[in-house]
Amino acid sequence: MDFINITIEDRTGERKELELPTDMGLSLMEALKANEYRILATCGGMALCATCHVEVLEGGDRLGPMSDPELDMLDTLPDAGPDSRLACQLRINDDMNNAVFRIRGEEEE
Amino acid sequence: MKTTDLCIIGAGPVGLFAVFEAGLLKLRCHLVDVLPQVGGQLSEIYPQKPIYDIPGFPSVNAQELVDNLMEQIAPFKPDFTLGERVDELSRQEDGSFIVTTNEGTQIHAKAVVIAAGLGCFEPRKPAIERLEDFEGRGVAYMVRNPELFRNKKVVLAGGGDSALDWTLFLSNVAEKVTLVHRGDSFRGAPDSAEKVVRLAEEGKINLILKSNITRIDGNGHLSEVHITLHDKTINTIHADYLIPLFGLSPKLGPIANWGLDVEKSAIKVNTEDYSTNVPGIYAIGDINTYPGKLKLILCGFHEGALMAQSAFKYIYPDKHLSFKYTTVNGVHGF
Repeated sequence: MDFINITIEDRTGERKELELPTDMGLSLMEALKANEYRILATCGGMALCATCHVEVLEGGDRLGPMSDPELDMLDTLPDAGPDSRLACQLRINDDMNNAVFRIRGEEEE
Repeated sequence: MKTTDLCIIGAGPVGLFAVFEAGLLKLRCHLVDVLPQVGGQLSEIYPQKPIYDIPGFPSVNAQELVDNLMEQIAPFKPDFTLGERVDELSRQEDGSFIVTTNEGTQIHAKAVVIAAGLGCFEPRKPAIERLEDFEGRGVAYMVRNPELFRNKKVVLAGGGDSALDWTLFLSNVAEKVTLVHRGDSFRGAPDSAEKVVRLAEEGKINLILKSNITRIDGNGHLSEVHITLHDKTINTIHADYLIPLFGLSPKLGPIANWGLDVEKSAIKVNTEDYSTNVPGIYAIGDINTYPGKLKLILCGFHEGALMAQSAFKYIYPDKHLSFKYTTVNGVHGF
């Protein structure tokens, strides 16, 4: 099994490194939920709710282009910036190694 | 007032199949959905997407599954109220319920099944200081009656299609229209974007790009909108109305007010029969939660089958219910 390392900054600013498998077809949203980050992910990964909104602090240029549904959703968000992505649309793969993400979406109650 | 045995809130795949399971037990159903058509997410969001985990169908298009379900439940002649949102649910002394929609439609039901999926899609609210103080007092999240804005000073916020479309529309109605967008370009329909930019160049509207509304003020009614510009300076403009248009986000909506046990925006149920903490109210499909819950259509179908047995016993506590197979007995409609 192959792994990559990424860094996650939570809503309080605390950073943690995660080791994630690249061969399980996980999205970043799924990986974050599996690591007990409180992500709502109401829509289950269809780029519909934007509750898995993340900001890419490092490594954004390696993540690949956004699909139209992702662009459209980010476009409607009041608080999205140039480095915003939806974690549900990002696949865990080698290109993501050493990337740094900040969690921005609405917190699960 | 309409009457039925089961009022099913939500006409997605799970709500539709519940009609079949209820019908086998001779229970009549009335479905209500906020969307104008049946099928829920499947019809609204991904009608042409294939679904691979419906038993017996190696692959089925979402809309095809909905069409098949409609055919399957047709013998049970369900009633539909579409395009209306259930706002109130009140339990009567005899254990029955009155369901009231936002349009005032009332349905008297012996039991209620909530199959509301992701819930309702509600306007997304931006982080603007004092925004909620002026909701209904100058802040509107959608344009219901454009005449409200005639000869008024209106500020719109957002960069999507609806922000562009309403800016164009209201430019002919309002005294002054300002569009505030955090980006420096529009991804929306190029035609609308071009028209908005042209109106701004002609001085017919005020277009403020790379900026965010950060605070609003007023004395009882909205009167000022404070905009943080790209260079961090603050521009204050007079406004009678602010219309933030940042798309829709799925929320539990009015369901949260019905006295049900809710955890993480889902309704807690007993897995024996998918009953909620309120006798006579059931919750099936993506809207419910229990240990081990999987949000799958096939799980919702199972939940509907067990729910129907329990709802029958709730409605007819003295009647004996014997389980019958459709292969033995066939399907007898109404």
